[in-house]
Amino acid sequence: MTSASSPSIAQLAIELGTGQITATALLDQCLCTIARRDHELNAFITVMEEAARADAHRADTELAAGRSRSLLHGIPISVKDLIDLRGLPTTAASRVRAGHLAASDAPVLARLREAGAIFIGKCNLHEFAFGTTGEDSAFGPTRNPYMPDRIAGGSSSGSAVSVAARMALASVGSDTGGSIRIPAAACGVVGLKPTFGELNCSGMVPLARTLDHVGPLASTVEDVALVYAVMTGDMHPPECRSRTRELKGNAQPHLGIPRRYFFDVLDTQILKAFELMLERLRAAGCVVEDVDIPHAADTAPIYIHTVLAEAAALHAPTLETQAADYGADVRLRLEMGRYVLAEDYARAQAGRQVLRREVDAALSGRQALLLPTLPMPPPTLGTKVVTVGDVTDSVRALTLRLTQLFDLTGHPALSVPCGMTDVGLPVAAQFVGAHGHTHDLLQLAASYEAVIRA
Amino acid sequence: MRLDDWLDHAKTDADRRGLPELKTLLERLARATAVLRHADWLDDAAGTAPHAVNEPKSAPRKP
Repeated sequence: MTSASSPSIAQLAIELGTGQITATALLDQCLCTIARRDHELNAFITVMEEAARADAHRADTELAAGRSRSLLHGIPISVKDLIDLRGLPTTAASRVRAGHLAASDAPVLARLREAGAIFIGKCNLHEFAFGTTGEDSAFGPTRNPYMPDRIAGGSSSGSAVSVAARMALASVGSDTGGSIRIPAAACGVVGLKPTFGELNCSGMVPLARTLDHVGPLASTVEDVALVYAVMTGDMHPPECRSRTRELKGNAQPHLGIPRRYFFDVLDTQILKAFELMLERLRAAGCVVEDVDIPHAADTAPIYIHTVLAEAAALHAPTLETQAADYGADVRLRLEMGRYVLAEDYARAQAGRQVLRREVDAALSGRQALLLPTLPMPPPTLGTKVVTVGDVTDSVRALTLRLTQLFDLTGHPALSVPCGMTDVGLPVAAQFVGAHGHTHDLLQLAASYEAVIRA
Repeated sequence: MRLDDWLDHAKTDADRRGLPELKTLLERLARATAVLRHADWLDDAAGTAPHAVNEPKSAPRKP
């Protein structure tokens, strides 16, 4: 299993550059892990062994000649099978997409390829990214590497599992309501949803265009920052961790904790791990203060009316012609979206503006908001309803509860592991930063990562 | 459209389309829509409180 002590991408880049390890050997390690574990975990839909070996050989040749394209040169990376990689089908984990073949790389993947990253395979996901468990896939459910009877979280389930099980050193996923952060939290890895619009989502099968984000998952904040930088087009970013020593005027970072609504439904073990992390952050010099997002309780209705209507608009033609090719649950939720009235969609968009202003206000004078990513540990596969404290609700509603707000508002949000439950399942905290300041958020989280994880 | 009218129409349409299992989801959506329509940040053309759209059918109509 991956951990903060596993060699980081930046460390491996040094070893690749000095010839201590080769891209081929690194790829072999990942392929061996896939061969050993993926029959159980089901993280991959397609393993690109032949193409990856050719790319690794090319990387080794270039590195031996002293040409390093970037810190990702020779690093094996997996991709959610919702995003186009040229010459391969983009299945979106659905029979609806049978016969598809991508003509070109999605722009964010083209940048990673140019940077010398080795694409190792396409990852399993919740069908069409429209679910939070990773169970509903035409290729079967993804399983949690910590406890394979538990969900991996979704929709970027295979991406998170591939990183957690060290089948890849990073992955590219998508996040419309929490689909990067939820599986990252469930699988004990780091996941970033950047500011809305920062990364180009073309070449990705949309779910809801005003909510869709693309972003990286990796073992550490530093690695996530590195992959994110390359995805933005910065091929030679300075190392994130070293820069965090120089946080601009943040000798005492101010962190806001939005307790109302977000802490109303929390498993006791999640709360315990989170409060222990806050104590460590205070001891490390952070100023932790409660903040309020007055209309946070309206988040779910606003989100539902937005995502359902936008997803239904995209799927209406295939719901008419290929209904039987959808999984039953995903099909029904898409059909539900066809009944959302335009007037209610418009009300939801007005609500988004209210929430955006309130999150901005909560961030005013603070470097980040901090809250748990998931309100409960990942449940067992097949669970439909969970009771947390006095509240019984669907797994879908509970898993989205703490993440979907920031897809609605577009603020950058980063999930970082912060502890474990008594039975050894990961617990994660979510850092939320100011619009357009994704890099500052990464710097802040990187500088306190050891404290967060301790 | 009033919410109860909408729900009636939607459930009838789901039956017509051979999707009776959709009716439970539509009832859930109607509850979310009711919350949305009662939000205190909504405005209306008269500049008054936003709850007129949710008046029950039996309520007298405004002149």
